[in-house]
Amino acid sequence: MKYVDEYRDADAARRYVEAIRRITTRSWTLMEVCGGQTHSIVRFGIDQLLPADITLLHGPGCPVCVTAPEYIDRAVALASRPEVIFCSFGDMLRVPGSRDDLAGVKAEGGDVRVVYSPMDALALARASPDRQVVFFAVGFETTAPATAMAAFQARREGRANFSLLVSHVLVPSALQALLASPLCRVNGFLAAGHVCTIMGTSEYEPLARRHGVPVVVTGFEPIDILQGIHMCIAQLENGRAEVENQYARSVHRGGNEPAARMLREVFEVVDRQWRGIGPIAKSGLALRAEFADYDAERKFDLPKVVATELSECMSGLVLQGLRKPLECPAFGSRCTPETPLGPTMVSSEGACAAYYRYRRTDHVT
Amino acid sequence: MCLGIPGRVTDTPEGELRMAQVAFGGIAKRVCLAYVPEADVGDYVIVHAGFAISRVDPAEAERVFSYLREIEQESDPGRGRSA
Repeated sequence: MKYVDEYRDADAARRYVEAIRRITTRSWTLMEVCGGQTHSIVRFGIDQLLPADITLLHGPGCPVCVTAPEYIDRAVALASRPEVIFCSFGDMLRVPGSRDDLAGVKAEGGDVRVVYSPMDALALARASPDRQVVFFAVGFETTAPATAMAAFQARREGRANFSLLVSHVLVPSALQALLASPLCRVNGFLAAGHVCTIMGTSEYEPLARRHGVPVVVTGFEPIDILQGIHMCIAQLENGRAEVENQYARSVHRGGNEPAARMLREVFEVVDRQWRGIGPIAKSGLALRAEFADYDAERKFDLPKVVATELSECMSGLVLQGLRKPLECPAFGSRCTPETPLGPTMVSSEGACAAYYRYRRTDHVT
Repeated sequence: MCLGIPGRVTDTPEGELRMAQVAFGGIAKRVCLAYVPEADVGDYVIVHAGFAISRVDPAEAERVFSYLREIEQESDPGRGRSA
């Protein structure tokens, strides 16, 4: 496949690894932000190819993993209502809430449907005028424009039987929170290429300046990640801390203007609770007042649930790069993709799922 | 979730939502190109959740490999590696 295969070329990978080796004179710790990047790293063994001085930490860029359990509980409550068709991305179905998950509701007869796009949920609302269709809007800035378009079109049509349960999160505030922690050991970031495709790169400039960390906006294929690592190490070795763009075939400094404009029209920035991490100011999106009729939280009378977290799952520590999945005592035994204890094992972008799929045997001693 | 796949636009975007067929290897999907108004037939776009979010810039796509050649040249100017 064009624009995929060439970025998996083994020879180019070997040459990039050599180039990284040549410029690395001391130990550096980098964090890749996005779960898709984590998967690529673990799947293609990039961390194992790099010189031992370079440590890669896995970041919180897995929206399924960071969705607060209160939102799962609200989703379960909505999906349990007989008049509701509850639509969601497939990954969310097995994320545990306080007591149940969406897959459990589906198994008990709830109308839970997996969709590829929020527009599919809107189409379902048009086709089923006697049902209430609710879409679970999870994801970072990459996905928010798709949700925004669905909300925008719904309001235009006066689609009274369509609403959204919004739990979108934003990356820059999360990175700021990580950097503010005294436990943070990150020297440089590989920023999320598709988030930046929408939002551009300028939001990271104050972060780079304030904390003295290079931020290289990076793609997702192995060659992209290796080039991003090279660019980041080159900055560190030369005492620079700037925002650079490795993924320029998709990312422009100004981002995607029509998409960002739609985002601003439909959503406003709010404080948000991140699963396993806690509350982060200005880190989420919520529907503006003009879209209140399409906001499932305002439309339906949902029970106030105080979500309880399973204490054994350490997904919060994994998402902040403070623990690796293999360090979890439950990994591979009590916690597997079939019986997940937490979201990082459930999500296709979760670090634990990546390690389980590609590195499980390393754990067996 | 932030999975974006590159695909090729195979027909002219139509309607207000600029819907078009996009081919990903052997699979074709109907995609909204409203956020990439400059994309047309033959262009490659990155698609996420049914929406094109960017047009793939072929020159920048190649830069990933010319960058590699440059850094190898820098470290070994005598190296006669050709494109």
